[in-house]
Amino acid sequence: MTDLQKTPADAASAPAPAGDPFLSVRDLRIHFDTDDGLVRSVDGVSFDLHKGRTLGIVGESGSGKSVTSLGIMGLHRSKRARISGEIRLNGEDLISAGPDRVRQLRGRELAMIFQDPLTAMHPYYTVGQQIVEAYRVHHPQATKKQARTRAVEMLDRVGIPQPDRRVDDYPHQFSGGMRQRAMIAMALVNDPSLLIADEPTTALDVTVQAQILDLIRDLQEEFGSAVIIITHDLGVVAELADDILVMYGGKCIERGPAETLFDAPEHPYTWGLLGSMPRLDRELQDRLVPVKGTPPSLINVPTGCAFHPRCPYAALTGGRSDSEVPVLAEAAPGHHAACHLPAAERHRIFAEEIAPRL
Amino acid sequence: MTDTQTTSIPSPAPASDREPLLKVTGLTRHFPIRSGLMRRQTGAVRAVDGIDFTVNAGETLGVVGESGCGKSTMGRLVTRLDEPTAGKIEFEGTDITHLGVGAMRPMRRDIQMIFQDPYSSLNPRHTVGTIVSAPFKLQGVQPEGGVKKAVQELLELCGLSPEHYNRYPHEFSGGQRQRIGIARALALKPKMIVADEPVSALDVSIQAQVVNLLDDLQQELGLTYLIIAHDLSVVRHVSDRVAVMYLGKVVEIADRDSLYRSPMHPYTNALMSAVPVPDPRRRQRAGRERILLTGDVPSPINPPSGCRFRTRCWKAQDICSSQEPPLVALKTGHQVACHFPENAPSGNAPAETAS
Ligand SMILES: Nc1ncnc2c1ncn2[C@@H]1O[C@H](COP(=O)(O)OP(=O)(O)OP(=O)(O)O)[C@@H](O)[C@H]1O
Ligand SMILES: Nc1ncnc2c1ncn2[C@@H]1O[C@H](COP(=O)(O)OP(=O)(O)OP(=O)(O)O)[C@@H](O)[C@H]1O
Ligand code: SF4
Ligand code: SF4
Ligand SMILES: [Mg+2]
Ligand SMILES: [Mg+2]
Repeated sequence: MTDLQKTPADAASAPAPAGDPFLSVRDLRIHFDTDDGLVRSVDGVSFDLHKGRTLGIVGESGSGKSVTSLGIMGLHRSKRARISGEIRLNGEDLISAGPDRVRQLRGRELAMIFQDPLTAMHPYYTVGQQIVEAYRVHHPQATKKQARTRAVEMLDRVGIPQPDRRVDDYPHQFSGGMRQRAMIAMALVNDPSLLIADEPTTALDVTVQAQILDLIRDLQEEFGSAVIIITHDLGVVAELADDILVMYGGKCIERGPAETLFDAPEHPYTWGLLGSMPRLDRELQDRLVPVKGTPPSLINVPTGCAFHPRCPYAALTGGRSDSEVPVLAEAAPGHHAACHLPAAERHRIFAEEIAPRL
Repeated sequence: MTDTQTTSIPSPAPASDREPLLKVTGLTRHFPIRSGLMRRQTGAVRAVDGIDFTVNAGETLGVVGESGCGKSTMGRLVTRLDEPTAGKIEFEGTDITHLGVGAMRPMRRDIQMIFQDPYSSLNPRHTVGTIVSAPFKLQGVQPEGGVKKAVQELLELCGLSPEHYNRYPHEFSGGQRQRIGIARALALKPKMIVADEPVSALDVSIQAQVVNLLDDLQQELGLTYLIIAHDLSVVRHVSDRVAVMYLGKVVEIADRDSLYRSPMHPYTNALMSAVPVPDPRRRQRAGRERILLTGDVPSPINPPSGCRFRTRCWKAQDICSSQEPPLVALKTGHQVACHFPENAPSGNAPAETAS
């Protein structure tokens, strides 16, 4: 029996949290050595996340969202990966901690729903065996039978029909969305304190998506977990996130509370993002309006503001856009943006040119 | 072969010139379940269970539906990557249901598929250049100006950089990989593209580019699309008609505007109500407006009798469990399979007006 009836708790109006953040990321850099040169996938990202809160990360494909989250999970093993900066979980630095320590934390303290279901699921083991294994690593006292019962229960909670039968299926016997749900079941089996969900609902239809979002909210309510949700579905972040971080070219270019980010976005890239999405709550447009141009190369990152080759306003900054990297600065309370346009100018452009089209 | 990047767009063929390019009747695919030592068949996953639809030349049919309802299986059947258990598939009037590999080869050029999973659909050991040029090799096509040039043009067309030619799939993000798959599908300029979640791995700004790109290619080359997607706003944007699937069946199929303005099947209504609205201030309200589906999620192994949606339908009556509702047209261009449809024009209710 699937419980779809819980009404979502409204976390948006919760007051900004006090005390130490559960997760604190400072100046995180993750670069890869490749034959073509050094790929600066993540290049100086910082943020804090408190228990019980949800951070949404949005941004262009290839902007470093997944690399950031894999970094937090300690999953960049390759010798070609160069990682610097700080990732503190509950005060403990994960970058300097050994791989054994991170493995210990993974699954219980830290869990991730991967964008790619196939990295998380092994083709030669049944879905059930894999969830059981994930559970028993952190519950060594549990019997096989208890673990299996728990696996079936989790499959039921993510809405797999006849979970007691399908628990013995192999991943290839599941549909794309079912595989994604099985992976979600695996990530949630140990009630993690920090859940990173990388595109958790991309393969799911909206009714199941709503159910998964409820499940994440439940986890949060019951265990006070912190959640990072990475998605390009702005509807999903609007539903779930308290704060939103926008990435472009390996950097955070805007960060703020969900409401102001949607109502009063500060950065020209964010304007482009909001303007390019088709919306059911609006009249049908003849043609979508994408951000023009192509994503930046992360090997030869454009000088100055990485967005400048595509930015319609780059000419308004007296030459600074292509020569000087803009830093994140507070534009409104708790709301930061990295853009050389003076705030007043940005607000005028937004009000006159952008808002009417959104 | 190389003019796919031209952007001049002649106007599309008028609707009256269109004829069914693809016609599907009674299409069925059951996956056997075997168990025991003898691997005897003990049941079947009825992934696609008797569906009928047509796709006209030059149009886009969008297909939506719950995860696991058989959309990808249907896509694999019509592109003949999988064998149907029963039913018939006609492409340009030719029955292709059981064509062998050899006879299918020329057809393969005409019907291409873009896959749902950008990770497993690209061979990790091949460079992007090899992947995108594979269709040329398979079909023995020598593009004008050489393979490399053609591939680089396709890459650019899809928002990738020509310098990616010698890179490997693992060096790309999810969205970038999906664009590689699209470039590959476009290589032979097919007549029809079956796209399984073509933009769900893409961020919205690239998604808009790809949607516009598919649009341009359609107008320019008269392409026909069957687009499987779960994002109802994207489907509304790209489709001329939309089919809604539930548990192996088509439960509603209608012209785009008719479906979005007045969805008739209760499941379609539930879907529409669950679309997340990109507006954080509306989330409380959205929670309340959502039609909450309760009840057992049925399994395609033993689907419910009668109407398959009845275990979760708030309108279900006795007749719903005893009689399967047939897919019938309740108004022009709008078919639905339900005993008690919503928004239905009826004798005493005024028919829906066009706006
Ligand atoms: N192992 C690697 N070696 C080299 N480059 C890599 C590697 N992993 C990722 N990259 C590059 O790092 C960049 C960021 O990738 P990432 O997967 O984080 O993107 P993303 O923001 O998650 O995008 P998407 O929305 O498409 O999933 C990409 O340009 C990608 O090509
Ligand atoms: N090779 C297979 N063997 C057994 N069952 C299968 C196989 N392929 C698919 N199925 C089953 O058929 C049903 C339909 O799967 P399909 O992949 O077509 O769903 P879908 O509508 O594309 O879902 P999604 O939106 O999640 O991708 C599912 O129950 C799935 O488990
Ligand atoms: S810094 Fe310049 S190029 Fe960058 S977003 Fe602002 S105006 Fe545009
Ligand atoms: S036929 Fe009955 S159960 Fe099925 S959708 Fe219609 S009202 Fe609901
Ligand atoms: Mg990613
Ligand atoms: Mg599918």
